[in-house]
Amino acid sequence: MLVYIAKRLLSLIPVLFVVTVAIFLIIHLTPGDPAAAMLGIEASEEEIRALNEQLGLNRPVHEQYMHWVSGVLRGDLGDSIFMRQSVGQAIVEHIGPTLSLAILGQAIALVLAIPFGMIAAYKRGTAVDYSLMGVSLLGLAIPSFLLGLFLMLIVGVQLQWLPVAGYEPLSKGLWEHLQYLILPGLSLGAIQAALITRMTRSSMLEILNLNYIKTARSKGLRELTVLTKHAFRNAFLPILTVIGQTFGTLVTGAVVVESIFNIPGLGQLILNSVVRRDFAVIQGVVLIVTLIYVGINLIVDLLYGAVDPRVRLDRK
Amino acid sequence: MAKENIIAMSRRLKKEQRALRFRRFRSNYGLVIGAVLFALFILIAAIGPYLMPFDPYAMKVTERLQPPSGAHLLGTDEFGRDLMTRIVYGARVSLSVGLVVSLLSSLLGLVIGIYASYYKTLDHILMRICDGLIAIPGVLLAIALMAALGASAMNVIIALTIVFTPNIARVVRSSALVVREQTYIEAMHAQGASDSRILWKHIAVNTLSPLLVQATFVFAEAIISEAALSFLGAGIPAPEASWGNILHAGKLVIYKAWWMVVFPGVFIILSVLGLNLLGDGLRDFLDPRVKLKQKKS
Repeated sequence: MLVYIAKRLLSLIPVLFVVTVAIFLIIHLTPGDPAAAMLGIEASEEEIRALNEQLGLNRPVHEQYMHWVSGVLRGDLGDSIFMRQSVGQAIVEHIGPTLSLAILGQAIALVLAIPFGMIAAYKRGTAVDYSLMGVSLLGLAIPSFLLGLFLMLIVGVQLQWLPVAGYEPLSKGLWEHLQYLILPGLSLGAIQAALITRMTRSSMLEILNLNYIKTARSKGLRELTVLTKHAFRNAFLPILTVIGQTFGTLVTGAVVVESIFNIPGLGQLILNSVVRRDFAVIQGVVLIVTLIYVGINLIVDLLYGAVDPRVRLDRK
Repeated sequence: MAKENIIAMSRRLKKEQRALRFRRFRSNYGLVIGAVLFALFILIAAIGPYLMPFDPYAMKVTERLQPPSGAHLLGTDEFGRDLMTRIVYGARVSLSVGLVVSLLSSLLGLVIGIYASYYKTLDHILMRICDGLIAIPGVLLAIALMAALGASAMNVIIALTIVFTPNIARVVRSSALVVREQTYIEAMHAQGASDSRILWKHIAVNTLSPLLVQATFVFAEAIISEAALSFLGAGIPAPEASWGNILHAGKLVIYKAWWMVVFPGVFIILSVLGLNLLGDGLRDFLDPRVKLKQKKS
């Protein structure tokens, strides 16, 4: 197991190297002078030169990269020249709502998808199966921000059950917190559920044909026990992988959905920074979200190794 | 046996094969529905703009935000422009972005994929780069790229091509690795065929069906991503119409004009649904083994 963990950790190094280089180089894709782009057309030569000096943009590219990465390793993501605060500080202030939303979305997705996927697999070939698969096919075609807009239109504008925009932190009370997150969480979760339902169904179908399921049935176990205790436990591993891999979609979905419901999360932070061309913030947000995503996939892989001995032994 | 007989027989065989293939195509409902939907959208984008009686850019303040009616079938937008005309022109923009992104990333992905499958050192370098780029969530990477490049249709295409190429390269590489181990490739080597001949004439050709399937999905993803970017104001800039920036305007007037959100949304959903069905159908069609295996189990 230790060897497996070590190997998995080592394999992260090239990935993180490429990630940091790519994120770092983005600023240099700007046509012309990035500092001029940041300051706008009214900036004088003097100001541009000063900003170049301040940001170190006049130094060779590899030196700039080393400087940025060594800062990142010390937890220093640089400063936002527009918000007059460090990027790290800005991210800490905005990450809460995004994480709350992503977790709520994932929870909604699992609560919907796993029972539906199991039912579809159990009732395969029936009308129940076909309608569940039909709905999930439609779900795959709807981007989460579109579902967000539709939900806002129906529940927020027509029925007026829930507030359509805004945010209160968890410290103001659970309901205060949740009522702003239900619609965005639902729009993220329902779309995510479409994918996981299909995955659960096909994973369950594969398992349900195995001999040990026949054995379990023939020794007279209740169908529910066979499904949940015997089949689902083994079917869950591929589902877990999908959950890890689609977390990136979930977070980027959250970034877009946030902007619909005016939630002050990382999405709002990065979009405001795009308008102002505040590259330090853009780089910081992309880096942090990528690290969270990579981290979750690492945890999923390690769990996989812990649960399924074949995985960790296979790679020797 | 006379030569004519053989020719006639082979003709009959070919005919039967074609009939069989057509039957397989027809029995695959998803593929048929997807292909029809997709063709419909291509038609809308190609000839729709010529059929629209309105100018997509001419503003008429007296007619702003009118609900759907006989004069304006899908209503008007916040500047009094006919919404149906805007959506049809938008179809042209959104679908061309999707098409060009899927073509460009397929081409780049094909080159990267087959070369990576063939040369070991190159494989390590290219795949580590792909791993790194895949690790950055797609829309975020696209947003960052758009911030650097500036908002324009061209730059949306560049940003999305960078986002989707690594996925395609991985798909091509994994099927090229299988082809590479086949005996006939070894035979080509033995005959002294050059590397580039083997790569392009034999390996590349055999990765085309998974590539086609993947390109269809990238097409759909690109439509969604373009819509998301334009919706966020980081994509196709106004006044040009795209489904995403009509939604962007629609969100601002969601209390007064539901039609500005619902109609472009329906167009996005139907086009993506069509492409997804087409992709799934093509996968079953091009690789019947998958379907057979599912049927047996």
